[in-house]
Amino acid sequence: MPKDTGIGAAPKRREDVRFLTGTGQYSDDISLVNQASAVFARSNVANGVIKSIDTTAAAAMPGVLAIFTGEDFVEVGGNPAGWLINSRDGEPMKEPKRPVLAHGKVRHVGDAYAAVIAETVEQAKDAVEAIEADIEELPAVINMKDALAGSNYVHDEIETNQCFDWGWIEDNRAATDEAIKNAHHVTTLDLVNNRLVPNAMEPRCSMANYNAAMNEYTLYTTSQNPHLTRLLISAFVLGIPENKLTVIAPDVGGGFGSKIYHYGEEALVLAAAKKLKRPVKWTSDRTEAFLTDAHGRDHVTTIELAMDKEGNFLAFRTETMANVGAYLSNFSTATPTFLHGTLMAGNYTVPLVYVNVKAVFTNTAPVDAYRGAGRPEATYSIERVIDKAAREIGMDPIELRRKNFVKPDQYPFGSAAGLEYDSGNYDALMDKMEDVADLAGFDARRAASEAKGLLRGRGVNAYIEACGIAPSNLVGILGSRVGLYDASTVRVNATGNISVMVGAHSHGQGHETAFPQIVAELLGVDAASVDIVHGDTSKIPFGMGTYGSRSLAVCGSAIVRATEKIIVKAKKIAAHMLEITDSEVEFNDGVFSAVGTNKTVSFGDVALKAYIPHDFPIDAIEPGLEETAFYDPANFTYPSGAYCCEVEVDPETGKVTVERMTAVDDFGNIVNPMIVTGQVHGGLGQGIGQALLENTVYDETGQLLNASYMDYTMPRADDLPFYAVDHSQGTACTHNPLGVKGCGEAGAIGSPPTVVNAVIDALQSGGNNVTHIDMPVSPLNVWTAIQNA
Amino acid sequence: MYELEIERPTTVADAVSALGGEAQLLGGGQTLIPTLKQRLADPEKLVSLSGIADMQGISASGDTVEIGGGTIHADVAADGTYAALSELASHIGDPAVRNRGTIGGSIANNDPAACYPAAALGSGATIVTNKREIAADDFFQGLFETALAEGEIVTAVKFPMPQQAKYIKFVQPASRFALVGVFVAKFADGVRVAVTGASNDGVYRWSEAEAALSADFSASALEGLTVSSDDMVTDLHGSAEYRAHLVKVMTARAVNAA
Ligand SMILES: Cc1cc2nc3c(=O)[nH]c(=O)nc-3n(C[C@H](O)[C@H](O)[C@H](O)COP(=O)(O)OP(=O)(O)OC[C@H]3O[C@@H](n4cnc5c(N)ncnc54)[C@H](O)[C@@H]3O)c2cc1C
Repeated sequence: MPKDTGIGAAPKRREDVRFLTGTGQYSDDISLVNQASAVFARSNVANGVIKSIDTTAAAAMPGVLAIFTGEDFVEVGGNPAGWLINSRDGEPMKEPKRPVLAHGKVRHVGDAYAAVIAETVEQAKDAVEAIEADIEELPAVINMKDALAGSNYVHDEIETNQCFDWGWIEDNRAATDEAIKNAHHVTTLDLVNNRLVPNAMEPRCSMANYNAAMNEYTLYTTSQNPHLTRLLISAFVLGIPENKLTVIAPDVGGGFGSKIYHYGEEALVLAAAKKLKRPVKWTSDRTEAFLTDAHGRDHVTTIELAMDKEGNFLAFRTETMANVGAYLSNFSTATPTFLHGTLMAGNYTVPLVYVNVKAVFTNTAPVDAYRGAGRPEATYSIERVIDKAAREIGMDPIELRRKNFVKPDQYPFGSAAGLEYDSGNYDALMDKMEDVADLAGFDARRAASEAKGLLRGRGVNAYIEACGIAPSNLVGILGSRVGLYDASTVRVNATGNISVMVGAHSHGQGHETAFPQIVAELLGVDAASVDIVHGDTSKIPFGMGTYGSRSLAVCGSAIVRATEKIIVKAKKIAAHMLEITDSEVEFNDGVFSAVGTNKTVSFGDVALKAYIPHDFPIDAIEPGLEETAFYDPANFTYPSGAYCCEVEVDPETGKVTVERMTAVDDFGNIVNPMIVTGQVHGGLGQGIGQALLENTVYDETGQLLNASYMDYTMPRADDLPFYAVDHSQGTACTHNPLGVKGCGEAGAIGSPPTVVNAVIDALQSGGNNVTHIDMPVSPLNVWTAIQNA
Repeated sequence: MYELEIERPTTVADAVSALGGEAQLLGGGQTLIPTLKQRLADPEKLVSLSGIADMQGISASGDTVEIGGGTIHADVAADGTYAALSELASHIGDPAVRNRGTIGGSIANNDPAACYPAAALGSGATIVTNKREIAADDFFQGLFETALAEGEIVTAVKFPMPQQAKYIKFVQPASRFALVGVFVAKFADGVRVAVTGASNDGVYRWSEAEAALSADFSASALEGLTVSSDDMVTDLHGSAEYRAHLVKVMTARAVNAA
């Protein structure tokens, strides 16, 4: 087996050739003959009653083909929530309907209430301006506290703005309260996990085609999970039979969660294509992306940490309000609950955890999973309060963490928040981090910064996350309305090269390079002879797509299982060719041999024989060499890490510069270390962006104040340092065949508290009594904190 | 973008005669084109200035640098004759903006957070139009307001060269325009200090600092001064108090670095 292409090798990403030469094919690059354009009429008020919509003038404009309003979709279903959460009192969550187009009321700025289909985009835009909509503006519900206290409801029919009031672990509530009441020391921290706009480089785009003769639909769309999108459209929204709907997600330019979900625009173009019998395309502009892509985070939290005299953790108690926006996006109810509350024990042996989450409707864009999805919120709360606690009791923050770490001999470890951690070694990660980050040299670096008039601070973090979502039986018990397996078909072609059809979807993750490495390793072939097919429901098996760092752990495992089946079958064929029994065949490095002889056949010979089976014993062996496997994981996987950040703070301006960022992660076994490093870099960039730069600001009337790059601060290359990334301390996952854990979100989970801890350390070193600053730790926020200290 | 026509004259005279009605001048388009794309303006016609050779280029004579109104930021950045000005130009936007955006467009637009207005006012520049010459002190008249008449074209900007000068920009983190930018220029007959990004009235001269620095060109000369936050901008990126504070900090840094 060529060791430069199997597991552990670091070939360059083959997909980058097309991405870097402008030859990728994104949804908007696909145009069909006779295609029409859709443009949406969107609300410019956050809350309003639709009194009337007069489309007469618009319909008469040049090029206009059709106009849709909410009226046209009253009969069809709503876009459903994928996860049922029950409140503490046992009541199911509130699920107001999310229609294709707003009907009766508009509920956030950007909420679409009509759509124009015209020959060209410009004609459709002209006609949208000519729609006369009488929308009576109502006071908006923006602030979560007010939303819970008041009687102005986002959805009148549910008579509350509270979606649910969830407790985890409810049985531990009283014991946790008691532990906190009696503890030697309790550290309390109020914090905000700032709301983020995903800002994928490629905005959303959906194009539908309808074949009337066949009654068949094709939807080209920016999706992270084409089968899930098809299922939602077929089973819930439009009722198009699944076998009559093909969903194709071609090259997708980043998703970060925002392209998991089904959006109304997809349903609209399908309905329009059917009505007009013409292809209909909609492409989001950047403003629409800001206003309507599902946002991320947006928690307001109080966390308490109780300790004994020695600094042993006794309990974590968390109260959180989680914004779900105006409508429930598909996984918006899972993110602040099971992807957040279950991680609230962190890397620690703390015996008691209680988390209360109230999900709140507001007149803002829907909020859902965004890179990390719940785990960044958990890690931020835990690792900020631990840092504050260390300061309060005068203990080194690394020592306090180590004191409470789960130890290597404790696995499998049942955490107080209900998960079973299978593997890990947090002390080893911390040791490695101390070395890579050169903690020993910190004092000298601090002195050098001070000589320049700058404050230097150091922050650390230890995180654990749960990814590779997830065992279907477990998530089913917890309320998931979908299974969370994945699938792969391995097709060995007659000439010996291999097509691997996968349910995972690559939109930046490098699957087209990493997945072939697995097959190459198992079959002893060159990875260059293996190709990945993804993103087209007519070609791939039913998989659940890519999010939650699951592709390798779940879909990669399905690839392993399918490839193992290929080997079993190929051995049968080889046995026939070698004229021996199946059990006498040995398979090594791509060669089948008869045990104890020098008789061999190559993998290529077997492939050819499979498709030209002239002399097959047809009652014993079927022709062909193609196998499918569905893989449902036994548990989550648990990546963990130790991070360190050093910042310089300019006390005159409040400007923070990240000088060093060290990420030591345990991702289990590594398939392609270069891709892993790249994934960590991306995550760190997003995490530092959240910590220092990004924020989503609605005013009290519900206008999004920073809906463009003139005011929404994206991280740029010069905001970021050169990273030190290490993944040498992996402990193999014990329950999947590759021993892998998942690396896509770690950087975004581990870095925000690390950065903020460093800023607080810097400010304290300058004698400023600042114990917390909410993200983004912008120059204004730092300067203001210094003034108020 | 709404439908419109575009003309590309090659002389200033032709540009003037192409104007009229709902026509609008187009410089590098770095402000105007995004506005058009968002359908926030609806001119019938654009008159592009980029083909007018007479409005291009940089020339120095004696203590004056003259920059054609159609000269792009990248050319000013590369020139170096007036170092503080070239450095300022090199920090405007990104390479795409610098290779399209023009000094004439920037000055005419007078964005309250733009950089060039601070250089023009801080240097005591003269704005040359197709009709007249206007002193910078008279040219900038508040947010997006200038002395230009309808259809008047900025054909050049003449900068007297100071003995020492420096522009320090503390960037608004998202747009990277100036949250507060201060241009300090020391001439034989005194010091000028122009501040952009901070005030509700747009670019202005900080006269107390000018007096103090004219007497003693050192950062310590600023120590006793206070900056009122009364007329300062408050937005997502800076409170009025923060901006007032930064005016003094950036002025001191400009003096130190001049
Ligand atoms: C991403 C980005 C970042 C930027 N960053 C900065 C920054 O850091 N600092 C900064 O100062 N600027 C910045 N800018 C603005 C940039 O400098 C623009 O180029 C400038 O503001 C306008 O110049 P223009 O030639 O592009 O003018 P245009 O956009 O073509 O025109 C702007 C206005 O001026 C008029 N006009 C144009 N030329 C003339 C003329 N010769 N005479 C009379 N009127 C004229 C037009 O009719 C229009 O009303 C940025 C712009 C962008 C897009």
